[in-house]
Amino acid sequence: MLLRHTPKEIPTERKALTINPAKTCQPIGAMYAALGIHGCLPHSHGSQGCCAYHRSALTRHYKEPISAATSSFTEGASVFGGQANLLQAINNIFTVYEPDVIAVHTTCLSETIGDDLKQIRLKAQNEGKIPEGKYVIGAPTPSYVGSHVTGFSNMVKSMTEFAETTGKKNGKVNIIPGWVEPADMEEIKRMAKLTGVKTILFPDTSGVLNAPLTGEYKMFPDGGTTVAELKSAGDSVGTLALGEWCSADAARELDKKNKVPCNVLDMPFGLKATDRFVDALRKIAGVTVSDELALERGQLVDLISDMHQYFYHKKVALVGDPDQLISMTEFLVSIDMCPVHIITGTPGKKFEKRIREITKDMPFEVNVKAKGDMFLLHQWMKNDPVDLLIGNSYCKYMARDEDVPLVRWGFPILDRQGHQYFPTVGYKGGLRLLEKILEALLDRKDRDDPEEKFELVL
Amino acid sequence: MTKKKMVQWDPADVKAELLSKYPPKVARKRAKQIMINEALENETPEITANVRTTPGIITMRGCTYAGCKGVIMGPTRDIVNLVHGPIGCSFYAWLTRRNQTDAGPDGDNFINYCMSTDMQDSDIIFGGEKKLAQAIQEAYDLFHPKSIAVFATCPVGLIGDDIHTVAKNMKEKFGDCNVYAFSCEGYKGVSQSAGHHIANNQVFRHIVGENDEEKPGKFKINLLGEYNIGGDGFEIDRIFNKCGITNIATFSGNSTYDQFASAHTADLNAVMCHRSINYVADMLETKYGIPWIKVNFIGAEATAKSLRKIAEYFGDKELIDTVEAVIAEEMPAVDEVVSDVRIRTDGKTAMMFVGGSRAHHYKELFNEMGMKTISAGYEFGHRDDYEGRQVIPNLKVDADSRNIEELVIEADETRYRPRKTEKEMKALEKAGLQFKHYDGLAPDMDNDTLIIDDLNQYEAEKLVELMKPDIFCAGIKEKYSIQKLGVPMKQLHSYDSGGPYAGFKGAINFYNEIDRLVNSKVWSYMKAPWQKNPQLSAAYIWE
Repeated sequence: MLLRHTPKEIPTERKALTINPAKTCQPIGAMYAALGIHGCLPHSHGSQGCCAYHRSALTRHYKEPISAATSSFTEGASVFGGQANLLQAINNIFTVYEPDVIAVHTTCLSETIGDDLKQIRLKAQNEGKIPEGKYVIGAPTPSYVGSHVTGFSNMVKSMTEFAETTGKKNGKVNIIPGWVEPADMEEIKRMAKLTGVKTILFPDTSGVLNAPLTGEYKMFPDGGTTVAELKSAGDSVGTLALGEWCSADAARELDKKNKVPCNVLDMPFGLKATDRFVDALRKIAGVTVSDELALERGQLVDLISDMHQYFYHKKVALVGDPDQLISMTEFLVSIDMCPVHIITGTPGKKFEKRIREITKDMPFEVNVKAKGDMFLLHQWMKNDPVDLLIGNSYCKYMARDEDVPLVRWGFPILDRQGHQYFPTVGYKGGLRLLEKILEALLDRKDRDDPEEKFELVL
Repeated sequence: MTKKKMVQWDPADVKAELLSKYPPKVARKRAKQIMINEALENETPEITANVRTTPGIITMRGCTYAGCKGVIMGPTRDIVNLVHGPIGCSFYAWLTRRNQTDAGPDGDNFINYCMSTDMQDSDIIFGGEKKLAQAIQEAYDLFHPKSIAVFATCPVGLIGDDIHTVAKNMKEKFGDCNVYAFSCEGYKGVSQSAGHHIANNQVFRHIVGENDEEKPGKFKINLLGEYNIGGDGFEIDRIFNKCGITNIATFSGNSTYDQFASAHTADLNAVMCHRSINYVADMLETKYGIPWIKVNFIGAEATAKSLRKIAEYFGDKELIDTVEAVIAEEMPAVDEVVSDVRIRTDGKTAMMFVGGSRAHHYKELFNEMGMKTISAGYEFGHRDDYEGRQVIPNLKVDADSRNIEELVIEADETRYRPRKTEKEMKALEKAGLQFKHYDGLAPDMDNDTLIIDDLNQYEAEKLVELMKPDIFCAGIKEKYSIQKLGVPMKQLHSYDSGGPYAGFKGAINFYNEIDRLVNSKVWSYMKAPWQKNPQLSAAYIWE
């Protein structure tokens, strides 16, 4: 047993000890978001271990180079402040690596000592350390608040600093996709294009974290939202924020600052959330949805009906980030599966409420917890076994111990490849999710069925 | 046969090119960390190492916490490692180093768990000591471990949580569980290295010597600085078993609390990774009288040499004969593979930039394949790892590392026992066995090769571009940018999920892996036919 010390009994609730977390800390989210700006180098204002860890974790997930710099705090800087380190870093980065933008985030170290990012940036500006036409943006991302999702949200919010209101609308819709894979961002753009809506998507890691092998290394690949687009976002007709946790803060900031109205939707995973996304786009632009999208939707419904017998009332355990889990739970319920244990490590009261709403008519009792961890999820699974587990690579330890089929979905996926190329958002993504779920369930059936019951046609 | 790719750049030109883009201050500093090796003329120039990282330079380095918890203490399977800090530090060190562990039929194994106090803003404001004590209590109640280790992260030092007192109080409260803490805040020192030192000190202070029970077996050694990445330690133990050598404690691959506690009962310390564990080696000698020798089990010939050294130390005829018999038995399989792959690897070039020891150790394996190491360096080696331990008396501890505790160790009043008489030691030294000795990387590197400390992203890319190695070895952060350049990249931290690479079987694995990498067809696919031949001259063939 890999997790041999996890007891089935849950005598008292743990108050202080987190075991096998279902989250990580803010800065990695900020780093990922910053990679979605074209020509941007993320910068970690803290001691260098954070930056090394965040780059490694993202690299292991995307199997792509992740460039980011750090202020490399020493003990002295940690006591007297990291201003000198950041000023040096800005100078060195622009001289050696020549990005268009440096996107600075902080760590628990610089936040605890109270470094003032705004003031340091101003000083860099005044001392001429920021070359003409180059930018330094920043977001505070204290690791002791929220999770990696919060860090992502904070950095996306800071991107709205660029937005300008010229008084002349650009006729575009801003879409903030939230923390999804590069392929998902690509798919969201494709769907928007099919509805005939012109969009500004930010951040956008497609073309950045799925770069080709050509013999040339580009630290700043062709993808990413450009500064010009980020500026123009202030002139858009509206913003669709996908995911309350990931994207809403930035959208609301644009509303407040640039009077761009916003609509916060769920991330478009599964049938219903995708329906709402497409419908919202259609209404904003006043267009008829293309036949092509309607066809894709019909194909997804077709697959659901074809394979329904394998889904019906199957129990599922889920772990991941709140925006993704809300849509996934709804998707599973919509195909008559039963998500019975749902954990996110990210705090937020709305989460449990939304999940309860979505699962209220389900025939099984639901365990749900925000600020939970995988140790608790495992204990729930021991007490009330499931047919399927959906989550990141860390789930494989529970899956093996409990002999439960696993569908890898979410962040991080460290032990499989391909997830960066194939979307799971939209109708197309829904097809892929169902294929993955079916594959896991039917592989297990083929493995477990006795020989006389072993079937060719399923 | 291999195509000659080595571009004939003068090393001084390469160095100048690496420095040319830097702001003057950075260039001056980096110039001292880039050394053109002249070791063969015995004029080893001095390198600057173990100094602070240049902000914004995109270093490969990590932090003190990583060196302490991630490297030294993480691999021990029956100690509950509890990280006091916000969640990230604990999360990123969760199963990401491939320290394999084998709990046995009913042993303890906490390696697959990640435990943290998950500090929140209220803990930063009001202090986290109460939460830490509560977390230790909860871990004890859930797991009843022999021992709980607490690790500090960046904010802990700043807000002034006294983790040592919390640990001491809990230890006294439990009575049957050793609880101690590590002040390994990420900002201490300049790299992982400070964390090694802090871990060494606390292991020595709180665990080593706790169990005086005499362990069975002959030829008792400790294997220091071997972390069982990809099963390296398993392979080395297999060889030890075959030779009849008893391994009392490995620091710290697949280790247990009791191994550390009994380490003082061994008769020899064999040091693999000098950087991370030389402190414990020195302290074990001073306090208990156990001498240490440097060994290297990376490379088949290196393995044979290290086994012979151990046998020579014990001076037992039967052991010497067994060791020779084992080498004779293991080598044919090795020779068979090496003679096969060498046809495809001979004359190829490698670069290695790995932590604090592997850039040196793996040179042996490349030598065995006929490959030349044209540039190498460490993230966080000290000058003694580059130039040899003779420079230690001249090392100045700079302001950034001054606060790393140096334990003052004295001989144990009752348990100090010289393992050899002075006369015996002299005789062994005369016969060529060197104690407390490490020559470092530089003497093993060819003349005019480049030794680079704390290599950064810019220099890595530039080096590869200028010198076009056939393989580049470093870590996960470097892997994909190097491969985008069309150069195969081998991770020598994680082994790219492969291994073991230590010992005889490990050497075979490594030869095959490098053969695969440098001869893979994929590197020939970078240009499409229409990119190789962009001129469009033909008409439609069916016209």
